[in-house]
Order: sequence, then structure tokens, then C-alpha cells
Amino acid sequence: MKFYRNLTIRQKQIVWAYAFLALPILFYSVIRFYPTGNAILISFQDWNLLGDRTWTGLDNYVKLFSDPVFWQVFRNTFVYLLIGTPVSLVISFVIAYHLDQVRFMHGFLRMLYFLPFMTSAVAMAWVWRWFYQPVPIGLFNNFLAGFGIPQINFLNSTTNALPSVLAPAVWAGLGFQIIIFMAGLRSIPKSYYEAAKIDGVGWGTVLWEITLPLLKPTIVFIVVFSSIGFLRIFDHVFNMTTNNPGGPLNSTKPLVLMIYESAFNSFDMGYAAAQTVVLFTVLLIVSLVQLRIMRDR
Amino acid sequence: MGFKTLQATVLASATSAAALFGGAANAVEIEYWQYFFDARVAAMEQLIEGFEAANPDITVKMTHFPYADYRTKVAAAVPAGEGPDVVQLFYGWLNDYKEAALIQPLPADVFPADEIDANFFPMVAAMREGDNYWALPTAVRSLALFYNNTLLEEAGVEPPTTLDEMVAAARAMTKVDGAGNITQVGITQGMTAQDHHWFREVLVRQFGGEPYVDDYRTINYNSEAGQAALDFYVGMSEGDEPISSIGFMDEPQAAFKAGRAGMHIDGSFRIGSLNNTRGLDWGVTELPATADGVQSNYSSYWVNAITTKAEGEKFDAAVKFMQYITSDEAMQVWLDVVGELPAKPSVGMTEENANNETFGPFIRGLAYANTTKFANESAQRQILVEMVERMTLQGMSSADSIAIAAEAEQALLDEYYSE
Repeated sequence: MKFYRNLTIRQKQIVWAYAFLALPILFYSVIRFYPTGNAILISFQDWNLLGDRTWTGLDNYVKLFSDPVFWQVFRNTFVYLLIGTPVSLVISFVIAYHLDQVRFMHGFLRMLYFLPFMTSAVAMAWVWRWFYQPVPIGLFNNFLAGFGIPQINFLNSTTNALPSVLAPAVWAGLGFQIIIFMAGLRSIPKSYYEAAKIDGVGWGTVLWEITLPLLKPTIVFIVVFSSIGFLRIFDHVFNMTTNNPGGPLNSTKPLVLMIYESAFNSFDMGYAAAQTVVLFTVLLIVSLVQLRIMRDR
Repeated sequence: MGFKTLQATVLASATSAAALFGGAANAVEIEYWQYFFDARVAAMEQLIEGFEAANPDITVKMTHFPYADYRTKVAAAVPAGEGPDVVQLFYGWLNDYKEAALIQPLPADVFPADEIDANFFPMVAAMREGDNYWALPTAVRSLALFYNNTLLEEAGVEPPTTLDEMVAAARAMTKVDGAGNITQVGITQGMTAQDHHWFREVLVRQFGGEPYVDDYRTINYNSEAGQAALDFYVGMSEGDEPISSIGFMDEPQAAFKAGRAGMHIDGSFRIGSLNNTRGLDWGVTELPATADGVQSNYSSYWVNAITTKAEGEKFDAAVKFMQYITSDEAMQVWLDVVGELPAKPSVGMTEENANNETFGPFIRGLAYANTTKFANESAQRQILVEMVERMTLQGMSSADSIAIAAEAEQALLDEYYSE
């Protein structure tokens, strides 16, 4: 106690700051860092949840990299990312840009766009799953059949299934991105636009030279955020393909679903942990690369 | 208001405290765990009541969980000295539980193995090791062919007894719209439901094959018989005149419940939900035989076992409870409440049960049923799902597709048994 009493006020403040900071650090160590470390450890072991863990070295990784399903799943995960992120970015920007200029029923429209983000992904996935069914129950196919157009196999197809699963996932994320974009648009000082107007600059130039550059921090945030979201896509895929998870023929299976199946269907915790480590590495690399590329110079 | 609530609370705690101290004087409490399924929980509550009445010094506490959490919870609880004394598990999981020392063998003096062999349906023998049984079922399940009476009548056909009759009846009940889209299937189809059992244990055998050899450790369906069975199966929804459509109305049982499917192969556990479907007039018959009368069926079961946590007087109580829930009386309760079939011919094959309009076809099916020893049921099902998809979505030949499936499943079995 004497030691504490002899500290200056500034030093006491620091002590207290660290005392308060210790709490979240402790919390995170227990619920985040410890399990993360443990998962990395398990990835070098063989464990079926029931028995003892046995050390197997790199076996799980060797098995993983020689598993054709893993590479298919790896590819799928990046297809979700590479289609999902740009498409949702463009759509949400276009909507936000125009919504920003609408005065009539502005709040109501914004609510409509935000609603899907608040809807449970499970409920949404099931409704879309039924939309996609063939006749007689599928909404889309009934509509097509009504005009005598041949049915489209949305989910029961190795080529159409992934975009079909992705569509509601993109839609669900739009609301959030629109709100962020609108906040970004509002924060651009009006004086730039006024100056552009006085100079008689065209609409395209304003967009390209003023709006987009000044939105860069917003875009970086949305790209990183939605990339992580698409790399971790699970609920939409799982619920739209529950009978045949990630099917048909693994064409919609993302990495997280493969991890789930290895862990909780095959009870192969070591193999699942190895996949988790790979996912962690991928997320880390993708986020770092994006931050570096899009950083303000 | 406030005073009344307080009064009620005080009274309630006083009563529960009294019950606690009064009952705990000489009672042994054992815990029973099972996964949550309405009818199963109701049946077990009834059994526990009967057991406690017969054994006033033992109380049984039942806990149930969602199916998905089941294994993790058991695995975490038992080694920690918590959790169940008697636990329900799927027959295919027995090995894992045994090797992890989560369960202990049933005492041979109370459960003599030879007597069990003689009294239970033969598939239960998979639970035996030497002179001991490790677990015993209350009930078993098998497959049968459900049919929609309204649609049969409309098409003017009878419930089929052979595969040829089944195809003909299905053809008569299939409806197609002007664009050629199927709007009603003759028979439902989907490896994701029960069809993978039908294929493995029934069709392959009916086409002259033997799906597995070497105690289910070696795949044997990659044969002419297997290919013929696969061609038959896929042929139902392919070709010019399909009688089925895979994925029709999302799930086979949904199509049947909605009255859009003439026939549907499913397990005895489906009876309850069909009974609750308004406006559906359904019947059930044994799985169709071949023209020369070859019949087969698939059966599976959930077993009860005593965990390693039960020691001393708890073990004795657990043994008594096991005896009770595998008794004839308990099996009849399980049949009446859950709709699952008795595990002993002496109960199942009674005149009344075997000729029962609803349960009869399932019970008669047990007599010629086979039980696949799965290493990982969902992964093995997935292999057959993909076997069919390679043909329907990618146009692969049945010979190539079945070869890939056999190789994948063999790899899975080899890995499982190598440990």
C-alpha cells in the first residue's frame, strides 16, 4: 500500500486504467485466446470428443491438403467472397447514393432496406429455399411455368446452386452496408459539391473525383467487413441445403460448413481444428491484404 | 398481491424442502438421459412412473437434450462424474462409447447373453461381446411402404406387393402438367431420407447382391447387382416416363403429407406425424418383394446402457431400471406411445401386434431385416446421395458412379476400423 501511496497522481491514473483494462483482457483470454490456442493444439491431434487426445503431428493437414473436397470447398469459399463482396458493394452504394437524394418517404424506404438485415438468417433461408423449389410449390418456377417457360433448377444444380444461395445472403447484408454508406455520404462536406457546382462540373466527375475518393474509409470498412462475412458464410447455405448440406455434390459447401460437419457429424475434432486453422489464416491474410491495398497513402 | 406472492413462495419452498428431506432418507436417485423427441419423452415419463411405483426406494430423474448437443454433453459429463447413470444412444455409437470407457457392460447374471440372444430380434446381437451385453434396446425400427388411399383409388390401383407392381402403380398415379413438369409423383424419392437404407439393405439384395461383407467392414455393392439396383433406383426419376422426381416438394415426407405423392418409403417413426395430418387417408404395407419373392428390410434401434459413472447402490438401481425398460411391459408402452416396435419377438409378434393394420407391416418386416453397421451414418448416407447426383446432374454412368461411391465408403470404413 505504501508503494501505491508514493505514486504521483498520473501514475495512479495509469494503475487504475490498467486495473480496468485487465478485466476485458482476462475475459478475452478465457473465451477467445485460450480456445484459439487450444484449437491450434487440437489440429495436431486426433480426438473424437469421447476418448483421449492422441498426438498425430501433421497428419490432419496432410489429409486436408490431399482431400479433393477441401479444395472444392476452398474454391467455393472464394467464389462466395469474390462474387458476394463486389456485388453487394455496388448494389448498396447505388441504393445509398440514390436514397440519400430522396426526400419523399426517406425514413420508410430506409427501413425497408434495413429490414432484411434484422431478419433471422434461418427464417430467410427457408423462405428462399421454398421460393426456389420446382413446381408445384416453388414461387419462381410456378411463375415461369405460368408463362410456359421451362423450369430452372435453382438448388438442384451444380452450377446454379451457389449463386442461388448467395443471392439472399447478399440481400440480407445490404441493409447494413446501405446505412454505413449513407453515413459516409452525409459526412462529405457540402462545400466540395458547391464548389463543383460553381465550376460547372458534370455529374460523373463529381462522383468520381469527389464522392468516391472521400468515401474511401467507408469503402475499406465495408469491403473488409463483408469479406469476412462471406468467408464465414454458413447459416444461409446450411439452411437452404439441410438435407444435403453444401450440396449438390459439394457445389455450395463453404469452409465453415465443412468444419461443422467434420466436428459434429464425423466427430473428427482434430481434422475440424486443422480446417479452422486454415480458415483463420485465410481470414487474416485477406484482411491484412485489403487493409494494406486500400490504406490511405 | 405482494403478500400473497410471498406467502405462496414461502409455502412452496417449505413443501419442496419437506419433500427433499422426507424423500432423501433412503432413496437412491439415478439419472436417465435421452435426446428430445416429444413422444419418446412422454413414453419414458410413463415408464419411470411405473418403475418408481414398483421400486419406491429408487427415483429416476430424466434429462433430455436437443439431438445435436447429445454427444458433446454426455462426453463432457460422464468423465466429470456428472450426468447420466443410464443413457440412451444410437446403436452405431456403441463402439465409440465403449472405447471411451463411458459405459460399462451389463452384469451377466441379470442379463444372461444367451437368453438375450434367444429372446430379442437377432440384430440386437451386435451389442454382445463375449458373455456380456453392453446395451439393450427397448424398441427397434424398420421400413415399410406408405400409400395414399385417395390417390390409389383415383388411379384404380391396389397397394403393390412386388417391385413391378410398385412401378406400375406409381406410373398410374404420376401427374404431369402441359409443359411436362411433374405435379404429382407416383412414389417419393430421395437418398437424403430413408432411401439410402432401402438401397443398401433392400434393393441391392433384391437384385442378387450382398451390400457388405466381412461384418460390414468391406464394401461389396460395386457389383452387377449393385449397378442393376442403382439403375432401377435412378430410373424411377430419369427417362421419358418418370414416376418420381428427386427433391420434389423439397422433402419426400412433405410431398406425401401434402397428398402429392402416391407412395412413400419411410420408417415406423413417421406414423405419429402422419396420424396428425388432416385430410390424409393413408395405409401402409410391407416393402415390395421381387417377382420371385425376395424380401428384405432395414432395421435400426436406440439402446440403453449403464454409464461408468454408476457405482455401488446407483449401479444396482441402474440395473433394475435397465431390467424394467427392457421388459415386455415397457416395450408395449413404447409401441403404443412412440410407435416404435418391440425389440422382442415375444412382444412384437403377438397376434394382435403383427396383424395390426399400422404396425403389422413394420413388425413383419423385422423378421427379414438387416442392420447396417455404420461407422458414420451421415457420411455414409452422403456418399450414396452423391452417387445418385453424379448420375442425375452430371450424366455419369451407373458403373462409374457406384465405383466412386464404393471406394469412398471403403476409405471411410478403413479409417474408422484402423483406430
